[in-house]
Amino acid sequence: MLTFALTFGFTAMGLAMLLNIVRLVKGPDTVDRVTALDTLYINTIAVLMLVGIRIGSDIFFEAALLIAMMGFVGTVALAKHIRRGSIIE
Amino acid sequence: MTLLLIVLLPLVGALLPAWFIRWGRNQSALAAGVVTGTAFALLLSLSSSVFAGEVPRADWTWMSSIGLSLAFMADGLGYLFAFLILGIGLLVVLYARYYLSEKDPMGRFYAYLLLFMGAMLGVVLADNLIVLLVFWELTSLTSFLLIGYWKHLPEGRQGARMALVVTGGGGLAMLAGFILLGNIAGTYQLSEILQMGEVIQAHDLYAPMLVLVLIGAFTKSAQFPFHFWLPHAMAAPTPVSAYLHSATMVKAGVFLLARLFPALSGTELWFFLVTGAGAATLLFAAYVALTKHDLKGLLAYSTVSHLGMITVLFGIGTAAAAVVGIFHIMNHAAFKASLFMNAGIVDHETGTRDIRRLSGLWAAMPITGVLAIIAAAAMAGVPLFNGFLSKEMFFEQAWALEYQFVEGVPWLLPAIVTLAALFSVAYSIRLVWSVFFGPQAEDLPKPPHDPPFGMLLPVGILAALCIVVGIVPVLVAGPMLAVAATATIGIAPPEYSLTLWHGFNIPLLMTALAFVGGIVAYWKRWAIIGLHEGPLPFPEAKRIFDGTIDRLAAFSHGTTAALENGSLQRYLALLVGAAVVAMGWPFLTGSWSAGPGPGTPLDGMSLVVWAILVGAAVATAALHRRRILALVVVSVVGLMLALAFVHLSAPDLALTQLSVEVVTVVLLLLALHLLPKEGPSEDSIGRKARDVGLAVAAGCAVTAMAWVILTNPVDTISGFHLAESYPGGGGTNVVNVILVDFRGFDTFGEIIVLAIAGLGIYAMIDALGVPDRWKIGSPDDEVRYPLLLTVITRLLLPLALLVSMYLFLRGHNQPGGGFIAGLVTAVALILQYVASGIGWTTDRFVRDYHGAIALGVLAAGATGLGAWLFGYPFLTGWFDYFELPIIGEFELASAVLFDIGVYLTVVAGVLLMLVNMGKIRNASAAAPDAADGEG
Repeated sequence: MLTFALTFGFTAMGLAMLLNIVRLVKGPDTVDRVTALDTLYINTIAVLMLVGIRIGSDIFFEAALLIAMMGFVGTVALAKHIRRGSIIE
Repeated sequence: MTLLLIVLLPLVGALLPAWFIRWGRNQSALAAGVVTGTAFALLLSLSSSVFAGEVPRADWTWMSSIGLSLAFMADGLGYLFAFLILGIGLLVVLYARYYLSEKDPMGRFYAYLLLFMGAMLGVVLADNLIVLLVFWELTSLTSFLLIGYWKHLPEGRQGARMALVVTGGGGLAMLAGFILLGNIAGTYQLSEILQMGEVIQAHDLYAPMLVLVLIGAFTKSAQFPFHFWLPHAMAAPTPVSAYLHSATMVKAGVFLLARLFPALSGTELWFFLVTGAGAATLLFAAYVALTKHDLKGLLAYSTVSHLGMITVLFGIGTAAAAVVGIFHIMNHAAFKASLFMNAGIVDHETGTRDIRRLSGLWAAMPITGVLAIIAAAAMAGVPLFNGFLSKEMFFEQAWALEYQFVEGVPWLLPAIVTLAALFSVAYSIRLVWSVFFGPQAEDLPKPPHDPPFGMLLPVGILAALCIVVGIVPVLVAGPMLAVAATATIGIAPPEYSLTLWHGFNIPLLMTALAFVGGIVAYWKRWAIIGLHEGPLPFPEAKRIFDGTIDRLAAFSHGTTAALENGSLQRYLALLVGAAVVAMGWPFLTGSWSAGPGPGTPLDGMSLVVWAILVGAAVATAALHRRRILALVVVSVVGLMLALAFVHLSAPDLALTQLSVEVVTVVLLLLALHLLPKEGPSEDSIGRKARDVGLAVAAGCAVTAMAWVILTNPVDTISGFHLAESYPGGGGTNVVNVILVDFRGFDTFGEIIVLAIAGLGIYAMIDALGVPDRWKIGSPDDEVRYPLLLTVITRLLLPLALLVSMYLFLRGHNQPGGGFIAGLVTAVALILQYVASGIGWTTDRFVRDYHGAIALGVLAAGATGLGAWLFGYPFLTGWFDYFELPIIGEFELASAVLFDIGVYLTVVAGVLLMLVNMGKIRNASAAAPDAADGEG
């Protein structure tokens, strides 16, 4: 059952990531692309969780935690840049 | 220990006069005198053992595997030179106190002088070739400082540069020679090398080694054809000339001949090279000396000539000649230092050194005159003065030669020697007679009079020595000559007699000829000078030197410009192209192929990640001109790379990659704000094709290499690290243990680089005049700092710091560590800058990031030094386990302290760079009152 769930999860997340990339390429706006990148970050967290479940280890959970945090900071910085130009003012 | 102190005292004590100058010139001079005097007293305390034939030694092994040890010895030769260096040094310190004017920075002068003295002592007392060489180059450097002491004089600067280029270049040749010598002898220990003369001389590499070593010695001792720097070094203050160019630095070359005499001398090659160069120098310089109108120029060439004479003596290669060489080194130091100081007095009191303007000073400066006559008589070799003794012995040696320059012409060298002595007599007379006698000069810049006692005393002491040695040589100079000669030739010296009268013989005839001829030459000097300045073509050394330097510089510029035109694309193309060739070669020649190892199974997820990675990388290249878009795509590459690290079980790498990624994004955004939004297209189609080809080739080559390495069974060092990580470093996270323990020294170097980079950026941006305070509370704050963002980020800060601490504390045993934790903290703080602004954030957090950088580096360094307290090498790790109630067992490791240093440096370095980058735009776009000035 778990194997099936994992396979389903990986397939879904893989598909989701590819769709993120499609949006990232198509745009049409920079905001769309940044949002796509942010969603890609979130989907990556899910992939890491799935990997953790599959190998039965929590060793990658810190990486997931960092992605959550760093993805947020990256998105904030890009957003600030789009809105204001200068990100540290 | 005493030996090390003698060398170190002047080197360390150089700080004292520079510090004491704040209380006055006398205090500064006194400090220099006390340092020199103490070293001199220490040297004298070794006298009884040196004169008893013992050799005091000091030896600290450093890297025995390559023959490096800090070894000193004071045999007779080293003792004699150290005696000259410190004794004359003491006199020069006294003399310089009165010579230097109010305007000259005296503290610096004495500091340089003492540094030079220490370097010189290191040369003469070294018992290891490499140690000798290091101090040798130190003398070149410190003499550069001394010659260029009067920085406002272009001649001083140029003379110093020339001296440095020639003597420093000679030092490089000597380094090569010493390495050859060390390889031939199998040791760098001098005292051992000196026992191996026969082995060395029979070796195939003897000739090239000898030539290289001699280049070093000849450049230093201003032997033909490297003599030209010495006259130009006369732009130095006279105390420097008296010290460096009579008694010490230029004697280093002949010291080296004496030092290596047992090992290298006695062959025909040695005779031709050394005696040949010496004889050419002796005659040529003596002739030029007569034609110089500058007092110091005359003395400079006379010094070159006398050094030539000493070189000839060592070149003859017999024990008896070497004894005479040592004797003349002593005598020359005494009379030449005295003459230089005398010239300085004349210059100081009359305002000119031009012999044509000086005349009849006797009436105004009788004491100076008497002292000049004594020293000049010694230089000319008048009986009853010390110079006479060594010159007579020199004539005797020149007559009794083992080898001949030209077969069947045994009188060639004696003729050269007599002719040189003739010129020597003539210029000595000119130095005294033209300056002190004759009609009184009328148009001198200053009214002449005898100088203060402090300037006369050193000259007087040296002049007195010239007479005493000249009359009772055996009593005064005998013992020291005996031990120095024994040390030089390695065995008890042959019979020699230090007496005035040897009966009627050939040397006496040569002396008589030299004196009669010299007086005639002086009388006819204007004819000789006219010949020299007129019809005889005389190459101007400075012009040739400057031309050579210019051509070398032009060549370097041309080569650099041809290879490096400033194009980054070109760099990368060359670099990547070379890498492709290097990686591709083993495949093409067939020595590399895929091994039997199993491949990693491919699953759907990996395929997706891999496809995204490749696609994003290609897209980055394709979109690089649309900069923001490229940045977004490059973030995808970074993220996928982190996933790849996860997939390949490298959690530390994944964590680092993620943190570095976001810091890079912030940095690029800061930079992009200063740049146009779109890059111009600069590449032609052909260039694009080339770049695509290179990129594909490089990608394929790396893939192929990874394939080969991963499928072939290889024995790596990871096994060692995995096994030793816990028992050796006290941590189970091998990556972190490598960083803070196994390769801790590398990490230490890296954080220093990071600190320097951070401070460098800070310094550059600070120079732009960026305002330090940031206004808050202006009307558009709501636009700049949206409320939602501000609130969320402030809530996030403690959580982020908690994550950071967590990563830091577990780092030694599980993925994490100071570097990652530092990046996380830095990112958390950067977020505050982004969301709440510079003003708000600096008011609430650390303002002084450069202080924190220093603290970080110092913390890491102090941890490393801590190991010394327990007798371990730098950065030896330590850990142990302790019990505390409630908490239970826990581990304490010195690596944690080191990691704190890493953490602090990373946090402060990253913030210093990013925040200051942010300030640039704000400063240029929005002057404080143009609050709405948004670009």
